[in-house]
Amino acid sequence: MSVRGKSQTRSRFRRPSAIPGFPLAFGYTLTYLGLIVLIPLGALVLRASSLGMMGLSGVISDERVLSALRISFGLSFAAALLNAIFGLVVAWVLVRYDFPGRKLVHAAVDLPFALPTAVAGIALAALYAPNGWIGQPLAAWGIKAAYTPLGIFIALVFVGLPFAVRTVEPLIVEIDREIEEVSATLGATRAQTLWRVVLPPLTPAILTGFALAFARAVGEYGSVIFIAGNIPYVSEIAPILIVIRLEEFNYAGATGIAVVMLAISFATLLVINLIQSWSRRRFGYV
Amino acid sequence: MPAAIKAIGLGVASLAFMIAGTMLGPRPAVAQTSFLNVSYDPTRELYRAINQKFEEETRPQGKKINIRMSHGGSGSQARAVIDGLDADVVTLALAADIDEIARRTNRIPSDWQKRLPNNSAPYTSTIVFLVRKGNPKGIRDWDDLIKPGIQVITPNPKTSGGARWNYLAAYAYGVERRGGDQQAQAFVAQIFKNAPVLDTGARGSTNTFARRGIGDVLLAWENEAFLALDELGADKFEIVVPSISILAEPPVTLVDGNVDRKGTRAIAQAYLEFLYSPTAQAVIAKHYYRPMKPDAAAPQDVARFPDIKLVTIDQFFGGWDEAQRKHFADGGIFDAILKSNR
Repeated sequence: MSVRGKSQTRSRFRRPSAIPGFPLAFGYTLTYLGLIVLIPLGALVLRASSLGMMGLSGVISDERVLSALRISFGLSFAAALLNAIFGLVVAWVLVRYDFPGRKLVHAAVDLPFALPTAVAGIALAALYAPNGWIGQPLAAWGIKAAYTPLGIFIALVFVGLPFAVRTVEPLIVEIDREIEEVSATLGATRAQTLWRVVLPPLTPAILTGFALAFARAVGEYGSVIFIAGNIPYVSEIAPILIVIRLEEFNYAGATGIAVVMLAISFATLLVINLIQSWSRRRFGYV
Repeated sequence: MPAAIKAIGLGVASLAFMIAGTMLGPRPAVAQTSFLNVSYDPTRELYRAINQKFEEETRPQGKKINIRMSHGGSGSQARAVIDGLDADVVTLALAADIDEIARRTNRIPSDWQKRLPNNSAPYTSTIVFLVRKGNPKGIRDWDDLIKPGIQVITPNPKTSGGARWNYLAAYAYGVERRGGDQQAQAFVAQIFKNAPVLDTGARGSTNTFARRGIGDVLLAWENEAFLALDELGADKFEIVVPSISILAEPPVTLVDGNVDRKGTRAIAQAYLEFLYSPTAQAVIAKHYYRPMKPDAAAPQDVARFPDIKLVTIDQFFGGWDEAQRKHFADGGIFDAILKSNR
């Protein structure tokens, strides 16, 4: 097993390197991040701050906001979980097996990236509506998909899939197959090989895929509104509530919900990062 | 850390250089008069036709006019203008949205609605029902919408101007036929209880009803209902006219602050007045909007509009300002209805 994690001195601002251009590259990074990420987020927090602490707690304690947040984060979590599991399977199949049409499947995985989300939403709604190709047989079973929380879940799984697949794929490519053979010759069962040899090095990547799919799903608007039904307390996601606040010209209320979402997302991503660094320490992989 | 400061300086300088480069590129010469009409969603076809007529009429005077259009949900269009969209004229779904522009910017005077005839509404419309062919559920009037098992399709009044008219029409019926505000509120609550989907805009609802096959009745703008018959087939749907509905007045006005800065006041004013001309009134009727001057329109176009008892927002709800505050504001009656329907 090769040792990949090089020890780095973290405390130093600038690492001597043979490659020139560090000041320029670093300057770009800071300026770019500032313009694209930090300034807009700062403006968001500034706008919400006109609410004050009282206003913000009013936003959070509103029952409808709470139920929308529950729906958004709950379904995003479930969708990301499903994607993490099946994304791993898809990535594994794409890397390990050769089959006719493999390249097509490979390209298809990226489609949710490329498709405008509104188009995806309309297509999914058409498919899963009671008169659609998939909705019709489902309706015969008594399952309503479109215009229910299940519809939201389907849309979120759709938009999150590429994240889950594409983050684990490069790591599966790197796995040394001999390790699995060694594991087998040493008497491990298939399940043991899977759990103790194959999965541990993949764990950080699976978590990253989960986090990306989750973050994407939480903010998703375009594809969801067409299939959700948007009934308050039932199938209303938090981003729609933000749009509703904007339609009321209630900018502070809208940014209030946005800041709460941002805080929850940030906390979730932080926890995922902690688990990740723990798993790195535990398994010794980068 | 001087290295860091130097690095940031370099980054900023080179980015600024790139931005400057893109801005110094060749620019088209501004020779012709162009102005922007910011409108709501279902008026696409109407204004395409009207703009063409307007350009034809002004051509002999040696003017070349380029009218740009922007369409979208009425509320978000108003917000765009508030946030700085360069509209010369706004033609929105309801007066409340223009009121909001007037209140939040000083680009429109607060008495804007008195500047043009008919409350600044060159055309009106109303709310009707669209049902499936043969009317299998026997829907005749508002009362039928609250029957158990009936599915009503309407957009969300919070996000759609058209849906606000839907809501107010139902409310007016409730007050007229059921005795008062309290009964009306309960009546509207029952209608929304029968709504399985709340789309964000009028076109979205039309799609849900017509293409997805959801619901028994669609509450729609009269012009949208006619358009649906045209485009999706008169053999699939029919229009049902309720006993009471609301007179929807989509108003138009100049954005004074913008036209004065751009020097387009004369042409924009002429454009708005053109909307009241016989030529435009005929186009309006042809596109299923009710013309303010029916005499100017083709008789067969006017004959398509059924007689309905129409209440107006001014006499029934005390104007848009009041209606907006009472019904659609955060914590208003509509929010209370949604809460009670849980």
